[in-house]
Amino acid sequence: MTALVIVLALPLAGALAVIALPVRAAVPVALSATALTALSALVLAASVWQGGPVTLMVGGWQPPLGIALQADGLAAALIVMSALVVGAVAMAAWFEMAAARAGPRAAFGFWPLMLLLWGALNAVYVSRDLFNLYVGLELLSLAAVALVAISGTAQALVAALRYMIFALAGSLLYLAGVVLVYAGHGTLDIGLLSARSPAPGDALALGLMTAGLLAKTALFPFHVWLPPAHASAPAPASALLSALVPKASFLILIRLWFEAMPELASTAALLMLAGLGAIAVIWGGVLALVQSRLKLIVAYSTVAQLGYMFLVFPLAGGDGSAQPWAAGAWTGAMFQALSHGLAKAAMFLVAGICIAAVGSDRLGDLRGLARALPMTGFAFALAAITLMGLPPSGGFTAKYLLMTSAFAAGQWPWALVLAGGGLLAAAYLYRPLAALFTRDARLPVHPVARAWQGVPLALAALAVLLGLLSAAPFDLLQIGRPEPAVEGL
Amino acid sequence: MSLTVFAMTGASLVGLGIYGLLALPQLLRRIISFNLIGSGLFLFLGAAGARGEAVDAVPQALIITGIVVALAASALAVGLVVALARRSGLVVLPDEANPR
Repeated sequence: MTALVIVLALPLAGALAVIALPVRAAVPVALSATALTALSALVLAASVWQGGPVTLMVGGWQPPLGIALQADGLAAALIVMSALVVGAVAMAAWFEMAAARAGPRAAFGFWPLMLLLWGALNAVYVSRDLFNLYVGLELLSLAAVALVAISGTAQALVAALRYMIFALAGSLLYLAGVVLVYAGHGTLDIGLLSARSPAPGDALALGLMTAGLLAKTALFPFHVWLPPAHASAPAPASALLSALVPKASFLILIRLWFEAMPELASTAALLMLAGLGAIAVIWGGVLALVQSRLKLIVAYSTVAQLGYMFLVFPLAGGDGSAQPWAAGAWTGAMFQALSHGLAKAAMFLVAGICIAAVGSDRLGDLRGLARALPMTGFAFALAAITLMGLPPSGGFTAKYLLMTSAFAAGQWPWALVLAGGGLLAAAYLYRPLAALFTRDARLPVHPVARAWQGVPLALAALAVLLGLLSAAPFDLLQIGRPEPAVEGL
Repeated sequence: MSLTVFAMTGASLVGLGIYGLLALPQLLRRIISFNLIGSGLFLFLGAAGARGEAVDAVPQALIITGIVVALAASALAVGLVVALARRSGLVVLPDEANPR
Protein backbone atom coordinates (compact mmCIF):
# COMPACT_ATOMS: atom_id res chain seq x y z
CA MET A 1 0.00 0.00 0.00
CA THR A 2 2.92 2.34 0.73
CA ALA A 3 4.24 1.59 -2.75
CA LEU A 4 0.88 2.65 -4.21
CA VAL A 5 1.03 6.00 -2.38
CA ILE A 6 4.64 6.58 -3.47
CA VAL A 7 3.85 5.80 -7.11
CA LEU A 8 1.13 8.46 -7.04
CA ALA A 9 2.72 11.13 -4.86
CA LEU A 10 6.43 11.05 -5.62
CA PRO A 11 6.22 12.15 -9.29
CA LEU A 12 4.06 15.11 -8.29
CA ALA A 13 6.34 16.04 -5.40
CA GLY A 14 9.35 15.64 -7.70
CA ALA A 15 7.79 17.96 -10.29
CA LEU A 16 7.25 20.65 -7.64
CA ALA A 17 10.78 20.19 -6.30
CA VAL A 18 12.31 20.55 -9.77
CA ILE A 19 10.54 23.89 -10.19
CA ALA A 20 11.26 25.16 -6.69
CA LEU A 21 14.92 24.19 -6.35
CA PRO A 22 17.81 25.98 -8.10
CA VAL A 23 18.25 25.13 -11.78
CA ARG A 24 21.47 23.15 -11.31
CA ALA A 25 19.63 20.77 -8.94
CA ALA A 26 16.80 20.14 -11.43
CA VAL A 27 18.24 17.17 -13.32
CA PRO A 28 19.61 15.26 -10.29
CA VAL A 29 16.33 15.72 -8.40
CA ALA A 30 14.25 14.64 -11.41
CA LEU A 31 16.42 11.59 -12.04
CA SER A 32 16.33 10.47 -8.40
CA ALA A 33 12.55 10.97 -8.22
CA THR A 34 12.29 8.86 -11.38
CA ALA A 35 14.47 6.10 -9.98
CA LEU A 36 12.61 5.94 -6.66
CA THR A 37 9.19 5.93 -8.34
CA ALA A 38 10.24 3.21 -10.77
CA LEU A 39 11.47 1.13 -7.82
CA SER A 40 8.14 1.55 -6.02
CA ALA A 41 6.32 0.57 -9.22
CA LEU A 42 8.21 -2.73 -9.21
CA VAL A 43 7.48 -3.24 -5.49
CA LEU A 44 3.78 -2.53 -6.12
CA ALA A 45 3.67 -5.04 -8.98
CA ALA A 46 5.38 -7.63 -6.81
CA SER A 47 2.81 -7.21 -4.05
CA VAL A 48 -0.07 -7.44 -6.56
CA TRP A 49 1.59 -10.58 -7.95
CA GLN A 50 1.79 -12.17 -4.50
CA GLY A 51 -1.27 -10.88 -2.66
CA GLY A 52 -3.82 -9.88 -5.29
CA PRO A 53 -5.18 -6.37 -5.97
CA VAL A 54 -3.92 -3.61 -3.65
CA THR A 55 -6.73 -1.29 -2.55
CA LEU A 56 -6.55 2.07 -0.80
CA MET A 57 -9.51 4.09 0.48
CA VAL A 58 -8.25 7.66 0.43
CA GLY A 59 -8.48 9.16 3.93
CA GLY A 60 -10.27 6.04 5.20
CA TRP A 61 -13.56 7.13 3.55
CA GLN A 62 -15.56 4.40 1.83
CA PRO A 63 -17.30 4.99 -1.51
CA PRO A 64 -19.70 6.58 -2.43
CA LEU A 65 -18.38 9.48 -0.34
CA GLY A 66 -14.70 8.57 -0.57
CA ILE A 67 -12.49 7.67 -3.51
CA ALA A 68 -11.19 4.14 -3.94
CA LEU A 69 -7.80 3.48 -5.51
CA GLN A 70 -7.04 -0.04 -6.62
CA ALA A 71 -4.06 -1.58 -8.38
CA ASP A 72 -5.26 -4.79 -10.05
CA GLY A 73 -3.15 -6.89 -12.39
CA LEU A 74 -3.87 -4.71 -15.42
CA ALA A 75 -3.07 -1.49 -13.56
CA ALA A 76 0.12 -3.02 -12.14
CA ALA A 77 1.26 -4.16 -15.60
CA LEU A 78 0.66 -0.69 -17.05
CA ILE A 79 2.40 0.96 -14.09
CA VAL A 80 5.49 -1.21 -14.62
CA MET A 81 5.47 -0.59 -18.39
CA SER A 82 5.18 3.18 -17.79
CA ALA A 83 7.99 3.05 -15.23
CA LEU A 84 10.26 1.29 -17.76
CA VAL A 85 9.38 3.79 -20.50
CA VAL A 86 9.74 6.86 -18.29
CA GLY A 87 13.00 5.54 -16.87
CA ALA A 88 14.40 5.05 -20.36
CA VAL A 89 13.07 8.42 -21.54
CA ALA A 90 14.68 10.11 -18.54
CA MET A 91 18.05 8.56 -19.39
CA ALA A 92 17.78 9.56 -23.04
CA ALA A 93 16.62 13.05 -22.05
CA TRP A 94 19.66 13.41 -19.80
CA PHE A 95 21.68 13.51 -23.05
CA GLU A 96 19.14 14.94 -25.44
CA MET A 97 17.49 17.64 -23.31
CA ALA A 98 20.82 19.08 -22.15
CA ALA A 99 20.69 22.89 -22.20
CA ALA A 100 23.41 23.10 -24.86
CA ARG A 101 21.41 20.92 -27.24
CA ALA A 102 17.74 21.73 -26.58
CA GLY A 103 17.96 25.34 -25.34
CA PRO A 104 17.56 26.38 -21.69
CA ARG A 105 13.76 26.71 -21.80
CA ALA A 106 13.01 23.21 -23.08
CA ALA A 107 15.84 21.74 -20.99
CA PHE A 108 14.24 23.11 -17.82
CA GLY A 109 10.59 22.59 -18.73
CA PHE A 110 10.91 18.97 -19.79
CA TRP A 111 11.61 17.50 -16.35
CA PRO A 112 8.64 18.80 -14.33
CA LEU A 113 6.29 18.06 -17.25
CA MET A 114 7.60 14.51 -17.56
CA LEU A 115 7.03 13.90 -13.85
CA LEU A 116 3.56 15.51 -13.90
CA LEU A 117 2.60 13.36 -16.86
CA TRP A 118 3.79 10.26 -15.05
CA GLY A 119 1.92 11.12 -11.84
CA ALA A 120 -1.28 11.68 -13.83
CA LEU A 121 -0.83 8.39 -15.71
CA ASN A 122 -0.44 6.41 -12.48
CA ALA A 123 -3.47 8.18 -10.99
CA VAL A 124 -5.59 7.18 -14.01
CA TYR A 125 -4.36 3.58 -13.86
CA VAL A 126 -5.49 3.05 -10.25
CA SER A 127 -8.56 5.32 -9.86
CA ARG A 128 -11.92 3.65 -9.33
CA ASP A 129 -13.97 6.87 -9.37
CA LEU A 130 -15.22 8.42 -12.61
CA PHE A 131 -14.63 12.01 -11.49
CA ASN A 132 -11.17 11.22 -10.16
CA LEU A 133 -10.47 9.70 -13.57
CA TYR A 134 -11.63 12.98 -15.15
CA VAL A 135 -9.18 14.99 -13.04
CA GLY A 136 -6.35 12.58 -13.80
CA LEU A 137 -7.15 12.66 -17.51
CA GLU A 138 -7.17 16.48 -17.55
CA LEU A 139 -3.84 16.68 -15.74
CA LEU A 140 -2.44 14.18 -18.23
CA SER A 141 -3.73 16.15 -21.23
CA LEU A 142 -2.41 19.48 -19.94
CA ALA A 143 1.05 18.04 -19.32
CA ALA A 144 0.98 16.39 -22.76
CA VAL A 145 -0.09 19.61 -24.55
CA ALA A 146 2.68 21.53 -22.79
CA LEU A 147 5.22 18.89 -23.87
CA VAL A 148 4.11 19.29 -27.49
CA ALA A 149 4.57 23.06 -27.28
CA ILE A 150 7.87 22.93 -25.40
CA SER A 151 10.09 23.83 -28.34
CA GLY A 152 8.13 27.08 -28.79
CA THR A 153 8.18 27.16 -32.60
CA ALA A 154 5.03 28.35 -34.40
CA GLN A 155 4.57 24.88 -35.90
CA ALA A 156 4.73 23.23 -32.47
CA LEU A 157 2.31 25.79 -31.00
CA VAL A 158 -0.21 25.13 -33.78
CA ALA A 159 0.10 21.37 -33.21
CA ALA A 160 -0.30 21.87 -29.46
CA LEU A 161 -3.40 24.05 -29.85
CA ARG A 162 -5.00 21.60 -32.27
CA TYR A 163 -4.28 18.78 -29.80
CA MET A 164 -5.70 20.89 -26.98
CA ILE A 165 -8.98 21.54 -28.81
CA PHE A 166 -9.46 17.79 -29.33
CA ALA A 167 -8.42 17.04 -25.76
CA LEU A 168 -10.74 19.68 -24.24
CA ALA A 169 -13.68 18.58 -26.39
CA GLY A 170 -12.99 15.00 -25.31
CA SER A 171 -12.83 16.00 -21.65
CA LEU A 172 -16.12 17.89 -21.83
CA LEU A 173 -17.90 14.98 -23.52
CA TYR A 174 -16.55 12.68 -20.82
CA LEU A 175 -17.59 15.16 -18.11
CA ALA A 176 -21.11 15.37 -19.55
CA GLY A 177 -21.36 11.59 -19.26
CA VAL A 178 -20.09 11.71 -15.68
CA VAL A 179 -22.71 14.33 -14.77
CA LEU A 180 -25.46 12.15 -16.24
CA VAL A 181 -24.20 9.11 -14.32
CA TYR A 182 -24.22 11.08 -11.09
CA ALA A 183 -27.69 12.45 -11.77
CA GLY A 184 -28.95 8.91 -12.39
CA HIS A 185 -27.23 6.98 -9.63
CA GLY A 186 -25.76 9.33 -7.03
CA THR A 187 -22.40 7.56 -7.17
CA LEU A 188 -19.37 7.56 -9.43
CA ASP A 189 -17.55 4.56 -7.99
CA ILE A 190 -16.94 1.88 -10.62
CA GLY A 191 -17.60 -0.95 -8.16
CA LEU A 192 -20.91 0.51 -6.99
CA LEU A 193 -21.94 1.35 -10.56
CA SER A 194 -21.51 -2.25 -11.68
CA ALA A 195 -24.11 -3.23 -9.07
CA ARG A 196 -26.49 -0.34 -9.82
CA SER A 197 -30.09 -0.64 -10.99
CA PRO A 198 -30.20 0.58 -14.61
CA ALA A 199 -31.48 4.12 -15.24
CA PRO A 200 -32.81 5.51 -18.54
CA GLY A 201 -29.86 7.87 -19.09
CA ASP A 202 -27.17 5.20 -18.83
CA ALA A 203 -26.74 4.50 -22.53
CA LEU A 204 -26.45 8.22 -23.31
CA ALA A 205 -23.93 8.68 -20.51
CA LEU A 206 -21.81 5.75 -21.69
CA GLY A 207 -22.01 7.02 -25.27
CA LEU A 208 -20.86 10.52 -24.29
CA MET A 209 -17.98 9.22 -22.18
CA THR A 210 -16.93 6.80 -24.93
CA ALA A 211 -16.95 9.53 -27.59
CA GLY A 212 -14.81 11.77 -25.41
CA LEU A 213 -12.34 9.00 -24.67
CA LEU A 214 -12.11 8.01 -28.34
CA ALA A 215 -11.10 11.59 -29.18
CA LYS A 216 -8.37 11.37 -26.54
CA THR A 217 -7.21 7.92 -27.68
CA ALA A 218 -6.95 9.28 -31.25
CA LEU A 219 -9.05 6.50 -32.73
CA PHE A 220 -10.01 7.04 -36.39
CA PRO A 221 -11.61 9.52 -37.28
CA PHE A 222 -10.34 11.52 -34.29
CA HIS A 223 -6.68 10.82 -35.12
CA VAL A 224 -5.89 13.99 -37.09
CA TRP A 225 -4.32 15.81 -34.15
CA LEU A 226 -1.91 13.01 -33.25
CA PRO A 227 0.75 12.91 -35.99
CA PRO A 228 1.56 16.66 -36.04
CA ALA A 229 1.51 16.80 -32.23
CA HIS A 230 3.75 13.78 -31.75
CA ALA A 231 6.12 14.80 -34.52
CA SER A 232 6.57 18.40 -33.30
CA ALA A 233 7.61 17.48 -29.77
CA PRO A 234 11.25 16.72 -28.93
CA ALA A 235 11.92 12.98 -29.31
CA PRO A 236 11.86 12.02 -25.58
CA ALA A 237 8.55 13.88 -25.20
CA SER A 238 7.16 12.14 -28.31
CA ALA A 239 8.12 8.82 -26.78
CA LEU A 240 6.03 9.59 -23.70
CA LEU A 241 3.13 10.97 -25.75
CA SER A 242 2.95 8.09 -28.18
CA ALA A 243 3.78 5.17 -25.91
CA LEU A 244 1.85 6.09 -22.77
CA VAL A 245 -0.74 8.88 -23.09
CA PRO A 246 -3.30 7.09 -25.35
CA LYS A 247 -3.15 4.03 -23.06
CA ALA A 248 -4.68 6.01 -20.19
CA SER A 249 -7.88 6.91 -22.04
CA PHE A 250 -8.05 3.40 -23.49
CA LEU A 251 -7.83 1.95 -19.98
CA ILE A 252 -10.79 4.11 -18.87
CA LEU A 253 -12.76 2.76 -21.86
CA ILE A 254 -11.95 -0.77 -20.71
CA ARG A 255 -13.00 0.06 -17.14
CA LEU A 256 -16.29 1.55 -18.36
CA TRP A 257 -17.26 -1.19 -20.80
CA PHE A 258 -15.99 -4.22 -18.92
CA GLU A 259 -16.38 -3.18 -15.29
CA ALA A 260 -18.86 -0.33 -14.75
CA MET A 261 -21.58 -0.97 -17.35
CA PRO A 262 -20.96 -4.30 -19.12
CA GLU A 263 -24.69 -5.00 -19.56
CA LEU A 264 -25.05 -2.00 -21.91
CA ALA A 265 -22.80 -3.53 -24.56
CA SER A 266 -24.92 -4.08 -27.64
CA THR A 267 -23.57 -5.89 -30.69
CA ALA A 268 -23.88 -2.80 -32.87
CA ALA A 269 -21.85 -0.65 -30.47
CA LEU A 270 -19.13 -3.28 -30.12
CA LEU A 271 -18.90 -3.73 -33.88
CA MET A 272 -18.68 0.04 -34.37
CA LEU A 273 -15.79 0.37 -31.90
CA ALA A 274 -13.89 -2.51 -33.48
CA GLY A 275 -14.76 -1.29 -36.99
CA LEU A 276 -13.25 2.12 -36.27
CA GLY A 277 -10.21 0.30 -34.87
CA ALA A 278 -9.94 -1.76 -38.05
CA ILE A 279 -10.14 1.36 -40.24
CA ALA A 280 -7.47 2.98 -38.04
CA VAL A 281 -5.16 -0.03 -38.55
CA ILE A 282 -5.45 0.19 -42.33
CA TRP A 283 -5.65 3.97 -42.76
CA GLY A 284 -2.85 4.69 -40.28
CA GLY A 285 -0.68 2.14 -42.07
CA VAL A 286 -1.38 3.62 -45.49
CA LEU A 287 -0.59 7.15 -44.31
CA ALA A 288 2.60 5.93 -42.61
CA LEU A 289 3.60 4.44 -45.94
CA VAL A 290 3.63 7.81 -47.71
CA GLN A 291 5.50 9.91 -45.13
CA SER A 292 9.06 10.99 -45.76
CA ARG A 293 10.10 11.86 -42.19
CA LEU A 294 10.95 9.17 -39.64
CA LYS A 295 9.01 10.83 -36.79
CA LEU A 296 5.86 11.12 -38.92
CA ILE A 297 6.13 7.46 -39.98
CA VAL A 298 6.39 6.44 -36.34
CA ALA A 299 3.51 8.76 -35.34
CA TYR A 300 1.15 7.41 -38.05
CA SER A 301 2.17 3.92 -36.99
CA THR A 302 0.80 4.82 -33.54
CA VAL A 303 -2.60 5.56 -35.13
CA ALA A 304 -2.52 2.08 -36.69
CA GLN A 305 -1.24 0.23 -33.62
CA LEU A 306 -3.86 1.83 -31.34
CA GLY A 307 -6.54 0.47 -33.67
CA TYR A 308 -5.66 -3.14 -32.81
CA MET A 309 -6.59 -2.59 -29.17
CA PHE A 310 -10.18 -1.79 -30.11
CA LEU A 311 -10.68 -5.25 -31.59
CA VAL A 312 -11.06 -6.38 -27.96
CA PHE A 313 -14.66 -5.19 -27.78
CA PRO A 314 -16.43 -7.80 -29.95
CA LEU A 315 -13.79 -10.48 -29.34
CA ALA A 316 -13.43 -10.44 -25.54
CA GLY A 317 -13.83 -13.71 -23.74
CA GLY A 318 -12.03 -17.00 -23.42
CA ASP A 319 -10.58 -18.18 -20.16
CA GLY A 320 -7.10 -17.33 -19.00
CA SER A 321 -5.80 -20.81 -18.33
CA ALA A 322 -2.17 -21.76 -17.90
CA GLN A 323 -1.19 -21.57 -21.56
CA PRO A 324 -1.04 -18.07 -23.06
CA TRP A 325 -2.39 -19.28 -26.40
CA ALA A 326 -5.53 -20.67 -24.78
CA ALA A 327 -6.60 -17.27 -23.55
CA GLY A 328 -8.86 -14.63 -24.90
CA ALA A 329 -8.76 -11.39 -26.76
CA TRP A 330 -8.86 -9.29 -23.60
CA THR A 331 -5.34 -10.38 -22.67
CA GLY A 332 -4.23 -9.97 -26.28
CA ALA A 333 -5.37 -6.34 -26.37
CA MET A 334 -3.58 -5.64 -23.11
CA PHE A 335 -0.41 -7.29 -24.44
CA GLN A 336 -0.73 -5.00 -27.45
CA ALA A 337 -0.91 -1.97 -25.13
CA LEU A 338 2.21 -3.09 -23.25
CA SER A 339 4.34 -4.14 -26.22
CA HIS A 340 3.38 -1.11 -28.32
CA GLY A 341 4.36 1.15 -25.42
CA LEU A 342 7.85 -0.32 -25.16
CA ALA A 343 8.50 -0.57 -28.90
CA LYS A 344 7.10 2.86 -29.78
CA ALA A 345 9.13 4.59 -27.08
CA ALA A 346 12.23 2.85 -28.45
CA MET A 347 11.45 4.08 -31.98
CA PHE A 348 10.99 7.71 -30.97
CA LEU A 349 14.23 7.60 -28.96
CA VAL A 350 15.96 6.22 -32.07
CA ALA A 351 14.51 9.15 -34.02
CA GLY A 352 16.00 11.48 -31.40
CA ILE A 353 19.44 9.88 -31.82
CA CYS A 354 19.15 10.21 -35.62
CA ILE A 355 18.33 13.92 -35.29
CA ALA A 356 21.30 14.37 -32.94
CA ALA A 357 23.57 12.50 -35.37
CA VAL A 358 22.67 14.05 -38.72
CA GLY A 359 20.42 16.98 -37.74
CA SER A 360 17.36 15.71 -39.62
CA ASP A 361 14.89 12.85 -39.64
CA ARG A 362 14.18 12.86 -43.38
CA LEU A 363 14.58 9.35 -44.76
CA GLY A 364 17.00 10.55 -47.43
CA ASP A 365 19.30 12.06 -44.80
CA LEU A 366 19.31 8.88 -42.71
CA ARG A 367 20.89 6.78 -45.45
CA GLY A 368 23.64 4.55 -44.18
CA LEU A 369 23.33 5.74 -40.60
CA ALA A 370 23.41 2.18 -39.23
CA ARG A 371 27.06 1.87 -40.28
CA ALA A 372 28.06 4.73 -38.01
CA LEU A 373 25.54 3.88 -35.26
CA PRO A 374 25.02 0.10 -35.40
CA MET A 375 23.39 -0.13 -31.95
CA THR A 376 20.76 2.40 -32.99
CA GLY A 377 20.04 0.62 -36.25
CA PHE A 378 19.67 -2.67 -34.40
CA ALA A 379 17.35 -1.06 -31.81
CA PHE A 380 15.08 0.21 -34.59
CA ALA A 381 15.00 -3.20 -36.25
CA LEU A 382 14.13 -4.93 -32.96
CA ALA A 383 11.32 -2.45 -32.26
CA ALA A 384 10.07 -2.95 -35.83
CA ILE A 385 9.81 -6.72 -35.20
CA THR A 386 7.38 -6.04 -32.36
CA LEU A 387 5.28 -3.57 -34.36
CA MET A 388 5.06 -5.96 -37.32
CA GLY A 389 3.96 -8.71 -34.93
CA LEU A 390 6.74 -11.14 -35.87
CA PRO A 391 7.63 -13.91 -33.40
CA PRO A 392 9.03 -14.03 -30.76
CA SER A 393 8.10 -10.45 -29.80
CA GLY A 394 5.40 -9.12 -27.46
CA GLY A 395 3.53 -7.79 -30.50
CA PHE A 396 3.39 -11.33 -31.87
CA THR A 397 1.86 -12.67 -28.64
CA ALA A 398 -0.73 -9.86 -28.72
CA LYS A 399 -1.75 -10.41 -32.33
CA TYR A 400 -1.69 -14.18 -31.98
CA LEU A 401 -4.05 -14.04 -29.00
CA LEU A 402 -6.39 -11.67 -30.86
CA MET A 403 -6.28 -13.79 -34.00
CA THR A 404 -6.97 -17.12 -32.28
CA SER A 405 -9.97 -15.61 -30.51
CA ALA A 406 -11.21 -14.12 -33.78
CA PHE A 407 -11.27 -17.61 -35.28
CA ALA A 408 -12.64 -19.19 -32.10
CA ALA A 409 -15.47 -16.63 -32.03
CA GLY A 410 -16.20 -17.22 -35.72
CA GLN A 411 -15.45 -13.54 -36.50
CA TRP A 412 -12.75 -14.15 -39.10
CA PRO A 413 -12.86 -10.66 -40.73
CA TRP A 414 -10.92 -9.30 -37.72
CA ALA A 415 -8.17 -11.84 -38.49
CA LEU A 416 -7.88 -10.29 -41.96
CA VAL A 417 -7.44 -6.88 -40.33
CA LEU A 418 -4.68 -8.29 -38.13
CA ALA A 419 -2.90 -9.89 -41.05
CA GLY A 420 -3.30 -6.85 -43.31
CA GLY A 421 -2.12 -4.50 -40.56
CA GLY A 422 0.97 -6.63 -40.02
CA LEU A 423 1.80 -6.55 -43.74
CA LEU A 424 1.30 -2.77 -43.86
CA ALA A 425 3.56 -2.37 -40.80
CA ALA A 426 6.22 -4.43 -42.54
CA ALA A 427 5.88 -2.18 -45.60
CA TYR A 428 6.04 1.18 -43.85
CA LEU A 429 8.85 0.11 -41.53
CA TYR A 430 10.85 -1.33 -44.44
CA ARG A 431 11.52 2.17 -45.84
CA PRO A 432 13.32 3.59 -42.76
CA LEU A 433 15.08 0.24 -42.25
CA ALA A 434 16.27 0.18 -45.85
CA ALA A 435 17.51 3.76 -45.56
CA LEU A 436 19.33 3.09 -42.28
CA PHE A 437 21.05 -0.06 -43.55
CA THR A 438 22.21 1.07 -47.02
CA ARG A 439 25.94 1.18 -47.62
CA ASP A 440 26.34 4.71 -48.96
CA ALA A 441 26.34 7.23 -46.13
CA ARG A 442 25.22 10.64 -47.31
CA LEU A 443 25.75 13.07 -44.44
CA PRO A 444 28.62 13.39 -41.94
CA VAL A 445 27.61 11.85 -38.61
CA HIS A 446 28.10 13.59 -35.27
CA PRO A 447 29.21 11.14 -32.57
CA VAL A 448 26.49 9.96 -30.17
CA ALA A 449 27.31 8.62 -26.69
CA ARG A 450 27.16 4.82 -26.41
CA ALA A 451 25.09 4.96 -23.24
CA TRP A 452 22.47 7.07 -25.06
CA GLN A 453 22.39 4.57 -27.94
CA GLY A 454 21.90 1.74 -25.46
CA VAL A 455 18.65 3.17 -24.08
CA PRO A 456 16.35 2.45 -27.06
CA LEU A 457 18.12 -0.86 -27.55
CA ALA A 458 17.18 -1.88 -23.99
CA LEU A 459 13.54 -0.84 -24.54
CA ALA A 460 13.28 -2.70 -27.85
CA ALA A 461 14.85 -5.78 -26.24
CA LEU A 462 12.26 -5.59 -23.45
CA ALA A 463 9.48 -5.52 -26.07
CA VAL A 464 10.88 -8.74 -27.55
CA LEU A 465 11.36 -10.29 -24.10
CA LEU A 466 7.68 -9.59 -23.41
CA GLY A 467 6.97 -12.22 -26.06
CA LEU A 468 9.71 -14.65 -25.04
CA LEU A 469 8.78 -14.54 -21.36
CA SER A 470 5.06 -13.98 -21.87
CA ALA A 471 3.91 -16.28 -19.05
CA ALA A 472 4.69 -13.88 -16.20
CA PRO A 473 2.99 -10.75 -17.59
CA PHE A 474 0.19 -13.01 -18.78
CA ASP A 475 -0.50 -14.24 -15.24
CA LEU A 476 -0.17 -10.72 -13.83
CA LEU A 477 -2.89 -9.48 -16.22
CA GLN A 478 -5.29 -12.16 -14.94
CA ILE A 479 -5.20 -10.83 -11.34
CA GLY A 480 -8.47 -9.06 -10.70
CA ARG A 481 -9.61 -9.54 -14.30
CA PRO A 482 -13.27 -8.45 -14.50
CA GLU A 483 -15.93 -11.10 -15.04
CA PRO A 484 -17.11 -9.84 -18.49
CA ALA A 485 -13.50 -10.04 -19.72
CA VAL A 486 -13.59 -13.78 -18.99
CA GLU A 487 -17.03 -14.48 -20.41
CA GLY A 488 -17.24 -11.87 -23.14
CA LEU A 489 -19.43 -8.78 -23.37
CA MET B 1 -39.71 24.35 -10.71
CA SER B 2 -36.38 25.97 -9.84
CA LEU B 3 -34.63 22.72 -10.76
CA THR B 4 -36.09 22.92 -14.25
CA VAL B 5 -34.80 26.48 -14.50
CA PHE B 6 -31.29 25.35 -13.51
CA ALA B 7 -31.38 22.47 -15.96
CA MET B 8 -32.66 24.67 -18.78
CA THR B 9 -30.02 27.32 -18.09
CA GLY B 10 -27.32 24.67 -18.04
CA ALA B 11 -28.56 23.23 -21.31
CA SER B 12 -28.63 26.70 -22.92
CA LEU B 13 -25.05 27.40 -21.80
CA VAL B 14 -23.89 24.08 -23.28
CA GLY B 15 -25.74 24.87 -26.49
CA LEU B 16 -24.21 28.34 -26.73
CA GLY B 17 -20.78 26.88 -26.14
CA ILE B 18 -21.18 24.22 -28.81
CA TYR B 19 -22.39 26.88 -31.26
CA GLY B 20 -19.30 28.95 -30.46
CA LEU B 21 -16.99 25.98 -30.98
CA LEU B 22 -18.49 25.18 -34.35
CA ALA B 23 -19.03 28.69 -35.70
CA LEU B 24 -16.15 30.78 -34.38
CA PRO B 25 -12.62 30.07 -35.60
CA GLN B 26 -10.85 32.61 -33.33
CA LEU B 27 -8.94 30.66 -30.72
CA LEU B 28 -9.78 32.99 -27.83
CA ARG B 29 -13.50 32.66 -28.54
CA ARG B 30 -13.15 28.91 -28.69
CA ILE B 31 -11.57 28.91 -25.23
CA ILE B 32 -14.52 30.97 -23.95
CA SER B 33 -16.87 28.46 -25.61
CA PHE B 34 -15.17 25.62 -23.76
CA ASN B 35 -15.68 27.49 -20.51
CA LEU B 36 -19.37 28.04 -21.32
CA ILE B 37 -19.89 24.31 -21.90
CA GLY B 38 -18.07 23.51 -18.68
CA SER B 39 -20.16 25.99 -16.69
CA GLY B 40 -23.37 24.60 -18.14
CA LEU B 41 -22.37 21.07 -17.15
CA PHE B 42 -21.47 22.20 -13.64
CA LEU B 43 -24.81 23.97 -13.26
CA PHE B 44 -26.55 20.76 -14.31
CA LEU B 45 -24.47 18.78 -11.83
CA GLY B 46 -25.32 21.21 -9.03
CA ALA B 47 -29.02 20.92 -9.84
CA ALA B 48 -28.72 17.13 -9.83
CA GLY B 49 -27.44 17.33 -6.26
CA ALA B 50 -30.40 19.35 -4.99
CA ARG B 51 -33.10 16.80 -5.75
CA GLY B 52 -33.81 15.06 -2.45
CA GLU B 53 -34.80 16.32 0.99
CA ALA B 54 -31.27 17.13 2.12
CA VAL B 55 -28.78 18.81 -0.18
CA ASP B 56 -26.12 16.43 -1.46
CA ALA B 57 -22.66 17.86 -0.77
CA VAL B 58 -20.73 15.70 -3.25
CA PRO B 59 -21.65 17.72 -6.40
CA GLN B 60 -20.41 20.90 -4.73
CA ALA B 61 -17.04 19.29 -4.07
CA LEU B 62 -16.94 17.99 -7.65
CA ILE B 63 -17.87 21.39 -9.08
CA ILE B 64 -15.14 23.19 -7.13
CA THR B 65 -12.58 20.63 -8.32
CA GLY B 66 -13.90 20.94 -11.86
CA ILE B 67 -13.64 24.73 -11.80
CA VAL B 68 -10.00 24.49 -10.73
CA VAL B 69 -9.31 22.05 -13.57
CA ALA B 70 -11.10 24.31 -16.07
CA LEU B 71 -9.12 27.31 -14.83
CA ALA B 72 -5.83 25.47 -15.30
CA ALA B 73 -6.81 24.34 -18.79
CA SER B 74 -7.94 27.85 -19.78
CA ALA B 75 -4.72 29.38 -18.46
CA LEU B 76 -2.58 26.98 -20.49
CA ALA B 77 -4.74 27.50 -23.60
CA VAL B 78 -4.58 31.30 -23.33
CA GLY B 79 -0.83 31.06 -22.79
CA LEU B 80 -0.46 29.03 -25.98
CA VAL B 81 -2.70 31.41 -27.92
CA VAL B 82 -0.65 34.43 -26.78
CA ALA B 83 2.60 32.64 -27.64
CA LEU B 84 1.28 31.77 -31.11
CA ALA B 85 0.07 35.33 -31.72
CA ARG B 86 3.47 36.75 -30.65
CA ARG B 87 5.40 34.31 -32.81
CA SER B 88 3.34 34.28 -36.00
CA GLY B 89 0.56 36.87 -35.64
CA LEU B 90 -2.09 34.16 -36.08
CA VAL B 91 -5.33 34.30 -34.05
CA VAL B 92 -6.89 31.29 -35.79
CA LEU B 93 -5.43 27.87 -36.51
CA PRO B 94 -4.03 27.74 -40.06
CA ASP B 95 -5.95 25.50 -42.42
CA GLU B 96 -4.29 22.14 -43.07
CA ALA B 97 -4.96 22.45 -46.79
CA ASN B 98 -3.62 25.97 -47.40
CA PRO B 99 -1.31 27.04 -44.57
CA ARG B 100 -0.50 30.70 -44.54
